[in-house]
Amino acid sequence: MNWLKTVVGLLFCVYSFNLVAAQGKLLATPGVSQIEGSAGGGIVPWAQLAGYASDEEFAINGFCSRADVTDYQLDVCGAQVNLFNRVELSYAQQNFDVPALDTQIEQSITAAKVRLYGDIVYSQWPQLSLGVQYKSLDDGTVATLVGAQETSGTDIYLAASKLHLGAIAGYNWFWNITTRYSDANQLGLLGFGGKDANKELLFEGSTAVFLSRDIAVGIEYRQKSNNLGLGEQDWQDLFVAWMPNKHVSVTAAWLGLGSIAGAKDQAGWYLSVTGYW
Amino acid sequence: MKAVLVLLFICTLAACTSASKLTLYQQLDGKAGITRLVDSFINQIGNDEIILPYFSHANVAHFRAGFISHLCALTNGSCEYKGDSMVDIHTGMHITEADFNRVVDLLINAMNEQQISHSVQNQILAKMAPLRAQIIKI
Repeated sequence: MNWLKTVVGLLFCVYSFNLVAAQGKLLATPGVSQIEGSAGGGIVPWAQLAGYASDEEFAINGFCSRADVTDYQLDVCGAQVNLFNRVELSYAQQNFDVPALDTQIEQSITAAKVRLYGDIVYSQWPQLSLGVQYKSLDDGTVATLVGAQETSGTDIYLAASKLHLGAIAGYNWFWNITTRYSDANQLGLLGFGGKDANKELLFEGSTAVFLSRDIAVGIEYRQKSNNLGLGEQDWQDLFVAWMPNKHVSVTAAWLGLGSIAGAKDQAGWYLSVTGYW
Repeated sequence: MKAVLVLLFICTLAACTSASKLTLYQQLDGKAGITRLVDSFINQIGNDEIILPYFSHANVAHFRAGFISHLCALTNGSCEYKGDSMVDIHTGMHITEADFNRVVDLLINAMNEQQISHSVQNQILAKMAPLRAQIIKI
């Protein structure tokens, strides 16, 4: 219910602030908000910086997302600031609900992303960005119990993305590839590292086709490490994003998250709303 | 599961593929269609308080003829664009990234007004996008 209130509040803010909103990018090109708070798809951070700020503007965005799979539920709310389409700063609070254990795991993620090169639409080569996500569990009891070494950790990633205008039978085609250096277990919700486990390079990718100016359908893939020996598996999703204007976006997805903390075949739904101003 | 998703995605793409052999120029209904599009675009600019000032010293008839001929050439019509270069036209205008995209939005509005299909719109934008470097911030 609190979640619903936040979303309604967010939408209200979006409409009251839309007079001062940054609008310097083309519709839909900033992407949406991924579950760690960075601009991206749903599970993968992309090279685009959040919001519609161009090189002479700044933008502020807020979002809330919910992932509901077989045995768990994850709620995330957060905000991003885009400074002159060069730097993105973000903060997200994750609330991971484990009904079977009557437990909630909370994690905060403070992140930054710097655009190193390009523009996803106009530059000859893909847009390239470097990002860092610092994650910290509010209470590390569960993480320590399952064998994680740390209760906070830092992911570093390099992302490349490109929108090809009219590339597939006249439809716009988007792709993003991200390489992440991380030792997070299930995003960090189960801590960081494990027995004899070090940080490793992980591959993440997204691709989408725009059916119209405001609707994109796509898929994502995120490689995961299995530091705890609990059978952590790669994640994937199939998403539809609707960006009716430069003030709001709504994303729905089907999630296939594999095994989470011993519970197999975690699949379900994802819904995310981002407001831009 | 991964394979199923990838397969589903490829099928979706394949379903969208119905490549037309007509040139973009023909799909735009040739010179007549391009003229209607440019007139819509000029109307869009005329109603935009941010973009209109860029045209305060412009000769609209000259712009109209030049853009019609440029679009004809870009869409593989049988025309040759003989107007001034993009750099010459835009030097001193100091067009920002944001205002460039605003003009793209106006062009999209004009294409929507002329009921140009989504895929033809994207192919026109793809022809024009590489010109951005010769237009902004000069």
